[in-house]
Amino acid sequence: MIRSITQQKRDEELDQLLDGLGRVFIVGCGTCVTLTRTGGVPEVAEMKRTLSSKGKIITGDVVLPVACDNLTKEALAEYGGQIRQADALLIMTCAFGIQTIANHSDKLVVPALDTLFIGKETGLGQFDEICTQCGTCILGETGGVCPVTSCHKGLVNGPCGGTNNGKCEIDEAKDCAWTLIYERLKALDRLGSMKKLQKPRNHQGEPSPGKFKL
Amino acid sequence: MIPSFKEALESGKFVVTSEVAPPKGTNLEKMAHHIELLKDKVDAMNVTDHQSSVMRFPSLGGALMVKEMGGEPILQMTCRDRNRMALQADLLLAASRGIRNVLCLTGDSVVLGDHKEAKGVFDLDSSQLLAAIRGLEKGKDLGGSDLDGSVSFCAGAIVTPEANPLEPQLIKFEKKIEAGAEFIQTQAVYDLDNFKKFMEYAREFPARILAGIILLTSAPMARFMNKNVAGVTVPQELIEEMASAGKGKALAKGIEIAGRMIKRIRDEKMCDGVHIMAIGKEDKVPEIMTAAGLL
Repeated sequence: MIRSITQQKRDEELDQLLDGLGRVFIVGCGTCVTLTRTGGVPEVAEMKRTLSSKGKIITGDVVLPVACDNLTKEALAEYGGQIRQADALLIMTCAFGIQTIANHSDKLVVPALDTLFIGKETGLGQFDEICTQCGTCILGETGGVCPVTSCHKGLVNGPCGGTNNGKCEIDEAKDCAWTLIYERLKALDRLGSMKKLQKPRNHQGEPSPGKFKL
Repeated sequence: MIPSFKEALESGKFVVTSEVAPPKGTNLEKMAHHIELLKDKVDAMNVTDHQSSVMRFPSLGGALMVKEMGGEPILQMTCRDRNRMALQADLLLAASRGIRNVLCLTGDSVVLGDHKEAKGVFDLDSSQLLAAIRGLEKGKDLGGSDLDGSVSFCAGAIVTPEANPLEPQLIKFEKKIEAGAEFIQTQAVYDLDNFKKFMEYAREFPARILAGIILLTSAPMARFMNKNVAGVTVPQELIEEMASAGKGKALAKGIEIAGRMIKRIRDEKMCDGVHIMAIGKEDKVPEIMTAAGLL
């Protein structure tokens, strides 16, 4: 399942964002941020304790089932009284949730998290980015491993000189995408597609910001 | 006029290239000193492009300086910092000012350098940059538009003969040659028996190969490279040889080893020449060449 992967902002940044905002309503989410333990029930409770100890008044809190869903509008309406008393909403969801909430509330929204990437859980507690929605899919030539996403440099013609024993030059915890692609294509007896000189990528597959109408 | 690097490559002689590194700042004295020292001794000088992703005086500026001082520059161009428009524009400028050689590199990640939060561009990769050069030579840019006045370059690339796994590197090597690489400067090699095996494969391709020689300056430096530089392996016996040098004599030992390796590569006709990387010790290149019997 697609997951939005988040990480809590550093305390100093959060303190700065909340400076002068004495009354805060906290919003968490029961989906991705619960999985990544950045905005579920326990994390919202911990945030309440932390902010209270720093002198903030918590006017209320809620963990929405799916913050990026349009039902968020109704869910927030139920907490109208507590939200009205707040100077700001501190949002412990990913950026999809933050923007959905901002669309349905006239309150200032303050993100408690940074959204790192859209990825999936590939092992217990391990999340990987596997698609950057480039609009020009080449998975058919790379054995189903995406070099645009999984290669740090997004290279489409094979590994750079920084590849090291199957790992990436920027982090030995990260696999070299082109080693994975090579192994996969070799097993499929399709190394021919790796030998094909790929043209420069079209970086405007869908010019940013993406918009699509059915 | 000094012979071009292309002429040197085609002459059949044992070709020697070296590097000059542009400074961090506008004080060009040290680079000028290295150019002056090397320009009549080597066949061409690579000018590095923000090596290790550390922001410096540009390689194009350094290459122009080599040219102005009467040397033969090889302009190193990485794809890290410029998109296809900027790369092509710089190639037009280089061609208009008489720079005849380009080494195409993908480039290190910005994360490894001193501007860690910068955007890494990588709009093109090294093989696509080579293909872009061959396109410009035919009068067309990457957008398909006609040029008013084209370019002509001796273009090259790199390969890492000791990469692990090796085959993906070799596939890329073949793509670089298909894209138009006329010469290849290798990542540093130390195990020459291994390199000979690589050359048995590589010499079948229509590109001149220059073996990369990095000057060892101490045993810890060799160990550091083994740990931190992808695709570089200094064998244990060379590390021990470096360590055996007396206090203050490690650099002399490194020069001796580099000279000995170059001599063997030349004597056994392993490849078409060498590319000497003295990383910060460019003034030692003449001594390395003397040790190799080249001066």
